[in-house]
Amino acid sequence: MSLSLRDLTVRRDGRVVVDRVSLNVSQGSFVGLIGPNGAGKTTLMRAALGLIAAEGFSDLAALPPSRRARRAAWLPQAREIAWPIPVEPLVRLGRRTDPDRRADTPAVAEAMAAMEVTHLRDRPATELSGGELARVLIARLLAQRTPLILADEPVAGLDPAHQFAVMALFQRLAGQGRTVIASIHDLTLAARFCERLVLMGAGGRIVADGPPAQVLTPERLQQVFGVGGSFLPTPSGPVFVTLPPPPSSPAPAPPDPADP
Amino acid sequence: MSRAPLLLSLAALVAVLALASLLIGPAGAGPVASLKALWGGEGPLGIVLREIRAPRAVLAVMLGVSLGLSGAALQGYLRNPLAEPGLIGISAAAALGAVIAIQAGVSTLGLGVPAAGLAGALGGVGLILLLAGRGGSGLGLILGGIAVSALAGALTALVLNLSPNPFAAYDIMFWTMGSLADRSWAHVLTALPLMGLGWAVLLRAGRDLDALSLGEEAAASMGVDLGALRLKIVLGAAAAVGAATAVAGAVGFVGLVVPHLLRGAVGAMPSRLLPAAALGGAALVLTADIAVRLVMPERDLKLGVMMALVGAPVFLHLIWRTQVGK
Repeated sequence: MSLSLRDLTVRRDGRVVVDRVSLNVSQGSFVGLIGPNGAGKTTLMRAALGLIAAEGFSDLAALPPSRRARRAAWLPQAREIAWPIPVEPLVRLGRRTDPDRRADTPAVAEAMAAMEVTHLRDRPATELSGGELARVLIARLLAQRTPLILADEPVAGLDPAHQFAVMALFQRLAGQGRTVIASIHDLTLAARFCERLVLMGAGGRIVADGPPAQVLTPERLQQVFGVGGSFLPTPSGPVFVTLPPPPSSPAPAPPDPADP
Repeated sequence: MSRAPLLLSLAALVAVLALASLLIGPAGAGPVASLKALWGGEGPLGIVLREIRAPRAVLAVMLGVSLGLSGAALQGYLRNPLAEPGLIGISAAAALGAVIAIQAGVSTLGLGVPAAGLAGALGGVGLILLLAGRGGSGLGLILGGIAVSALAGALTALVLNLSPNPFAAYDIMFWTMGSLADRSWAHVLTALPLMGLGWAVLLRAGRDLDALSLGEEAAASMGVDLGALRLKIVLGAAAAVGAATAVAGAVGFVGLVVPHLLRGAVGAMPSRLLPAAALGGAALVLTADIAVRLVMPERDLKLGVMMALVGAPVFLHLIWRTQVGK
């Protein structure tokens, strides 16, 4: 088991943001965390990592910080970089907790190659485009070489080719026995690359959990996202597309946990 | 990487400037005679060199290291190039302690004033840690620092306002301008242990500051204990800057300008900026302290005044260059 959460609950100013989430993610899987804005996806991942206070149990949060950093790498959504640090030393920051210093240089080179940022190695990170910086920060995440990766909207702001590349890379990492949990707004990408989707609804509860075809049903899309959608056959297999809600349909109903 | 050559050239610069600081002064002896007098020379020149100029040069280095290092550490911690040691209110608190001592009639030449300055700095640290709250957020530290600065500034003004003795008010005014004149080995020995402690704490925070370049959340996920880091930065800067202010008064701009000037040369990585800014700060303070003796030898031009006169235009130039560069 790579990540185990039991009844994880986060309150902010008395409001429940993540509500009794229990989740087990086994090793070697690529899990997409989906849900509308404000459903608590980011908060759930932060709480799982132990970066914010939460009730309930998370096996990651229970670890001391330096051991947790060797087990799980975290890509925050904010692409913050304070100083004009060149790309290579920036990627190398991901190596700070690994005691094996000889692995540093190969890990950094491999991560930069995987994200196609090797040619940017001497450029100050503050001068990169948004998409280039996003790839550099994912390279930092990969350089950490952890068995578990949590990423908050890793493909937001990337061009289509790099969106595919990042998702395919995560899929490949899962195939090699690492575990990736990523929040993703693009349901088409999530349905295509993730073997399992966890859908969060308003109020911070898990509404559905399973293979994409079982999670992305028309009723649930209407209920949680207020949109339609279906899998369309294409030459490269079925592809999920979102569709506008049917014109006569009512506004999305408030989520009801008793009704999955 | 260009790390070692840069640190070596900065160290060489500091050595040359320290030597120049030893050789320049109102006694007007030639360099050779001065150096001979320094190594065991008898008579007045030997005493001038060993008891007046040498501690002054050593204090200039210590002051510069403290201010440059604290400035670089605070900029790295707050991820803001405008941060400087004065921001967290320690220098204002140290100045308040010293001012109260001067008002109470303690001589500005002895160690009573530095001791009171250290007490003030200690009070300031306690207050800022109380105000900044728990956790490791940089914002709490800035707000706490502004509050401590404002309070200490107001109390200093109150002491001046209520001062029944115009001479004490005059002393206070000149003391707060910052100076290294007439300091002795006793001042060096008072400040050195605390400063050294501060330097050690700040230099060891370098790796955590590097990780913090990616933001507080990313740093925490990489194993940085943000609360412990903030405590290190506050205590390290407070020890270094508190001791510096206690023996030399308020000297601004060093902690702001030096990290700016050297950031590009070290590839912007905070851990590499720390030692460079320490040496750069020493070079700048030595230069300014030599300048106050050369520009107006007969008037007691204060170090803090000189630094502000030179620092403000340099700072404006930096801002102008940043704006043009965009």
